[in-house]
Amino acid sequence: MVSFFQEAVVPHFNFWIYVIIMMIGLWAVIAKNNLVKKLIGLSIFQTAILLLYVSLAVKEDAGIPILDHHAVAHVGEPEGAAAEAAGEPGKQHAGEVDTHGNGHPAIDPDRIANPLPHVLMLTAIVVGVATLGVALALCQMIYKDFGTLEEDEVLQKIKSLHDDV
Amino acid sequence: MIVPFDILILVFLVIAAVISLWVKDLLAAAMIYGIYGFLICLLWAEMGAVDVAFTEATVGAGVSTVLIVATILNTRRKSTD
Amino acid sequence: MKAKIYASLAVVITGAVLLYAVTDFPNFGDPHSPANAGVKGGAPSASIYYIENTYRDTKVPNLVTAVLADYRGYDTMFETVVILTAGMAIFAILRVLRRDEDTEEAAPVDRSIDGDHHRIIVGITCRIAVPLIQIFALYVVAHGHHSPGGGFQGGVMLGASFILIALSGSLSDALARLGESSFIRLACIGIFIYAGFGFLPLLVDRNFLDYGALAGLLMTDGEEMARSHSMLGVEIGVAMTVMAVMFAIFANLSTRGRLQGGL
Repeated sequence: MVSFFQEAVVPHFNFWIYVIIMMIGLWAVIAKNNLVKKLIGLSIFQTAILLLYVSLAVKEDAGIPILDHHAVAHVGEPEGAAAEAAGEPGKQHAGEVDTHGNGHPAIDPDRIANPLPHVLMLTAIVVGVATLGVALALCQMIYKDFGTLEEDEVLQKIKSLHDDV
Repeated sequence: MIVPFDILILVFLVIAAVISLWVKDLLAAAMIYGIYGFLICLLWAEMGAVDVAFTEATVGAGVSTVLIVATILNTRRKSTD
Repeated sequence: MKAKIYASLAVVITGAVLLYAVTDFPNFGDPHSPANAGVKGGAPSASIYYIENTYRDTKVPNLVTAVLADYRGYDTMFETVVILTAGMAIFAILRVLRRDEDTEEAAPVDRSIDGDHHRIIVGITCRIAVPLIQIFALYVVAHGHHSPGGGFQGGVMLGASFILIALSGSLSDALARLGESSFIRLACIGIFIYAGFGFLPLLVDRNFLDYGALAGLLMTDGEEMARSHSMLGVEIGVAMTVMAVMFAIFANLSTRGRLQGGL
């Protein structure tokens, strides 16, 4: 049991939590009766997917995906000045620059978090809130027409409408 | 990334998700969803995704809570489950 | 009750399959996982290219902004179109244009700051805070190349500042500053700014959204700075669309499409 935790759970803790949050969201979408509760569950489901992608982008001991302003300012300068600026003690930033004399800095990709999943998730969050707005608008129209937001009552009213016809 | 901080936030995240679906008062659920959004914003910042954290702080903890509250005040506050 | 049992069963099975898959994932924080470094023996991951070459290609230190607005500009453009479409969908679903019998339920109370002394502390505080929020939002848009931020964040903050006016005073206060025709126009103009930056390079036989071709037009030294400045223009377009749509969604949701009265 202890070895299972050390081998399977601890190195993948973020991924385990992503599955658990996704299960909570999926359960809410299927089993909850209130439509606003379903939408909160759907948003939780969405953040679980975001958590998976951003967790994949994490690198140990890496900085944020913004290059150090002082380090990149020395691009194109003679090798000595850039190395001095980068090697200054206490100024170890994410975008460590190591000029090889070919005019552009050689940035160590292992020291900077992967920017690509961040980009994809950033747009997904904003699109997510816009579509949440559309879903809430639909909820308001359902409330206007049926006077309730509970799924079973709405289904009952639709059924009685069909029976009348 | 700071591992103890990471684990702490993830545990709180699960608790916030469960409680926001547990409570019967929808206004309380919306507020706890706001807390959830803020926790996940902290998590992004801790994992080095600063741009995503910024977006989540404005969207998740701000605008989406306001939109849910606006809908609840225009419909009904109580929920049967 | 039966439905809940089936739901729990489906969720548990899905979760078990996913947890089984998780055990094969690379370790959390592994810099050499396939997503971060590419598969072993194959081509390196695209993100390696972005990290190593973004500053040389575009002179933008914030990699996320550069990838968002330049390398993956086509993707971002249609994400913005999705936001505009969501705004249009809200308008189509909720907006009540006819003044029919629904309006008789209660005349909207005047809840502007001057008409209601109970709100005076909240109202005045928000009036002081809103300009600061808006200036910070403009800073976030303009400084997104060098610090966290960009069009999406700044746009949401600008929209949130109008929502704050509507919440602290009344919706009519906010609509007096950003009326319905204004936000519909702003949402469309934002997309046109983005698409315009895409179309301009086509005139000089370059690809769609290839900002390097705008070096002559923007009077920059070199294609790198042209890409950097075009990114700023594109971010402004995104911010306009996002701001307008966020406020439109709130205004329609809070009044059930009547755009009067308010919460």
